[in-house]
Amino acid sequence: MRGNSVKGQCLVALFLLGCLLLDYPVLDLFASPTNVAGIPLLFVYVFSVWALLIALMTFVVERGRD
Amino acid sequence: MLIAPFIVLASFAYVGLLFAIARYGDKRADAGRSIIANPYIYALSLAVYCTSWTFYGSVGRAATTGMGFLPIYLGPTLMAALWWFVMYKVIRISKANRLTSIADFVASRYGKSQLLGGLVTVIAIVGVVPYIALQLKAISVSFSIMLRYPDVVMPDKQGAPLFIGDNTFYIAMLLAAFTILFGTRHLDATERHEGLVAAIAFESLVKLVAFIAVGVYVTYFMYDGFADIFARAERIPQLAVLLYEGGDSGRYSTWASLLFLSMLSIMFLPRQFQVSVVENVDERHLGKAVWLFPLYLLVINVFVMPIALGGLMHFPQGIVDADTYVLTLPMSVQQPWLILLVFIGGLSAATGMVIVETIALSTMACNDLVMPLLLRQRWLRLTEWRDLSGLLLGIRRGAIVVIFVLGYLYFSLAGEAYALVSIGLISFSAVAQFAPAIIGGIYWKGGTRLGAICGLAAGFLVWLYTLLLPSFAKSGWLPITFLSEGYLGTDLLLPEQLFGLRDFDNITHCLFWSMAANIGCYVGLSLARKPTGAEHSQATLFVDVLKSSTLAASPPFWRGRATVQDLLALLGRFLGPERAREAYTQYARSRGLPAFERLEADAALVQHTESLLAGAIGSASARVMMSSTVDEEPLALDEVLHIIDEASQALAYSRQLEQKSAQLQAATDELRRANQRLQELDRMKDDFISMVTHELRTPLTSIRAFSEILSTHADLDAEQRHKFLNVIIKESDRLTRLINQVLDLAKLDSGRAEWRAEAVDLREVIEDAATTLAQVYRDRGVTLELELPATHAPVVADRDRLMQVMLNLLSNAAKYCDRPDGRVHVALRIMPDRLQIDVRDNGIGISAADQELLFEKFRQVGDTVGRRRSGSGLGLAICRQIVDHFGGQLWVDSKPGAGSTFSFTLPRGSGQAARASASDSAVAAVRALHG
Repeated sequence: MRGNSVKGQCLVALFLLGCLLLDYPVLDLFASPTNVAGIPLLFVYVFSVWALLIALMTFVVERGRD
Repeated sequence: MLIAPFIVLASFAYVGLLFAIARYGDKRADAGRSIIANPYIYALSLAVYCTSWTFYGSVGRAATTGMGFLPIYLGPTLMAALWWFVMYKVIRISKANRLTSIADFVASRYGKSQLLGGLVTVIAIVGVVPYIALQLKAISVSFSIMLRYPDVVMPDKQGAPLFIGDNTFYIAMLLAAFTILFGTRHLDATERHEGLVAAIAFESLVKLVAFIAVGVYVTYFMYDGFADIFARAERIPQLAVLLYEGGDSGRYSTWASLLFLSMLSIMFLPRQFQVSVVENVDERHLGKAVWLFPLYLLVINVFVMPIALGGLMHFPQGIVDADTYVLTLPMSVQQPWLILLVFIGGLSAATGMVIVETIALSTMACNDLVMPLLLRQRWLRLTEWRDLSGLLLGIRRGAIVVIFVLGYLYFSLAGEAYALVSIGLISFSAVAQFAPAIIGGIYWKGGTRLGAICGLAAGFLVWLYTLLLPSFAKSGWLPITFLSEGYLGTDLLLPEQLFGLRDFDNITHCLFWSMAANIGCYVGLSLARKPTGAEHSQATLFVDVLKSSTLAASPPFWRGRATVQDLLALLGRFLGPERAREAYTQYARSRGLPAFERLEADAALVQHTESLLAGAIGSASARVMMSSTVDEEPLALDEVLHIIDEASQALAYSRQLEQKSAQLQAATDELRRANQRLQELDRMKDDFISMVTHELRTPLTSIRAFSEILSTHADLDAEQRHKFLNVIIKESDRLTRLINQVLDLAKLDSGRAEWRAEAVDLREVIEDAATTLAQVYRDRGVTLELELPATHAPVVADRDRLMQVMLNLLSNAAKYCDRPDGRVHVALRIMPDRLQIDVRDNGIGISAADQELLFEKFRQVGDTVGRRRSGSGLGLAICRQIVDHFGGQLWVDSKPGAGSTFSFTLPRGSGQAARASASDSAVAAVRALHG
């Protein structure tokens, strides 16, 4: 785990992506009364993005270039 | 079934199980087969972040603000992505400096400041007390509710007596007892508690399983799945709002500030620092934790909304507190095993938090608050106590009890007015004050102690004023006018609308002003004054920890005197003598020494001892103890800066270069000298050659000339012919002599001369030489005196060579004694270990400068310019060779105008000392001349 590894930089990029997607104003885009398969859009959106971020972080850590 | 005794028994059984796991973990750790050296266990232990707040409070928050419960978990997820850089650095720094708590970290970074350590401890304790109260509330409420099963009844909000008679108090004291058993059985220099981590990881699993069980049950057994719950909720207007808004409608700032706060809390909550940094076994475990921990958070939060909505729909409005839905929903459908599981899960969540948090806080209180204060009381003379480990453990246990009492007090005085989550957020805002000092500390060398102290103090004061005191006011403990009128009654200082900042919830408001004050003071005051020497050195250690490993490895910045025994004794007083010896033995082995007695009391050992001590009592106190034991010379600022300035690395390199160039210079000088000598020898060789050829040529010329005359002038008379023939003979002799001498010297030089060893009486040799030269002396008119002892003077030598020496000395003496009353005196003296012959003449003498040249090859010393002496200048050189060969010495003693004395010694009777004479390489060139 070196100080300037590519993995670390990818993770910082994911951090910024997360800050963007999981905060207002982007969040507000999804706060509308629509449903996805019966489940509110906001709920689906937040949890999907969350799961996606975690999946990406897993990928970077476990399989990314060092 | 769910009657009080059973519940109590189940609770004790569960805690007993935890205790057993902890003991097992500790045993395995002592045996060297740690069960927690595993990235999955590490990631699970981080889930101590999820407390009753997560277990009960999230549902409560979701029931009022919809998705607004979520940012607290999104924040840590995002922060986990940054852990790769930030947490890694923090762990590396902490391991390198053996830091064992947040207070230690901050104190150490800013010049090992005790004041700063104490301040951080106070802020941590005051800030976390509400959080502990939260857990107590959760346990107490859930227990009270369980007692009323199967009725679902909320506990009485008012009227609980303080302390005695209050169930919560007993719960708090029981928890204190458990915590003391878990964490303060002995002092560990690294402050690691392997068993505790194992127990915490287990607890994380239990609460996850329990929560998912409730979630699954509510979603799929009480209702028909996610879609069903949401569809039903949609139909109720109040609930529909929750579904589609993210947090308090219109308050974007709340979401963002909660996101930010939780990002900081996952780093700076004392329990999080404890499990993620201090308890970290291997920094590579961080990799798994980066994604495993967020995954845990995701899974445990999936069912929060369904449970909240289910509860809102199931229970009539306002009867049941939303914070309790997790428990009351199973209760309402009479599922005893599920209820018990949920209760145990909630207990898990709460006990995990309080145990780890209070252990972390008590460590800080002991090391950074109480011990420094006690050390200042000179009359206690703590530095002279034999064994301090008992005192340290006692302080820690006392601190644990005090913290629980404080938690209980907060719960009693302020806890009722608040939902669980709101209490928790107050604590989050408090620990957020550590962020500037720590983040700044690991990335900015310019952060100073003064800046950190003022920043922390300012942020803490703002937090107190805008969050903590209002919470007391809202519970009635402070007059409500505090909120409406503020301090001094001015509008500008309203606690929740400081300086007129409205339209923000209290959390965002506090975050804004406290960070402004904190960061402003930290940066401003750090820049206002230069860091001191100690600060700068610590700053470099922290900020540059990932750079050259030499910086971390080299034991720096210490000058003093101590012995190994002193240091060992000092260490023993805190760790106990056994463990101290163990630690030293390990250290010695790591250095390749068989036993610690062989260790040297150098700077490395002192630093190692100090870091071991810091593990037990904190770095600031360790510094104090070390300097009281070891005679230390304080470092001057410019010394430290000189040592560690970045340019010093370049300086080191340039010094190396200087050294190399100096060596090069020395080599060049030597070469130049050798070259000069070679040139000189070359010249001497040339001189010799020219001299020798001249010498050879002169007689040859005479011989030829006279032969020619004899041949061409047949009419010479007999006398003239006779004269010429004599000259020819004499010149031939001279020629022969010269050639012989040169050959002789060459042979002597090359060691190819033949030496005969025989018993020789030196007296005879001298007499014979005198006889041989008698005529020469008579011709010159110089008298020759011999002074010989009566006894036998035996030597083992080559007779001819000895004769050669005597003849040479005597003829020289005659030559240079050219005066009417010339006299040469030869004396032979017998001494205990040698025989000495002196040849004294009263001739012209030899100047000091010439004396040095005399014995050198090819040198002749003439008294006047132009007056050529016969001879080649080799005579004395040959003599010296011969005398050297016999193990003697040949020298001259003379003053101009006062005659000269040539003396040589020979060892008595002993054999020849075959001394190889060191010949210059230039002579080899001359030897080549002779073939």
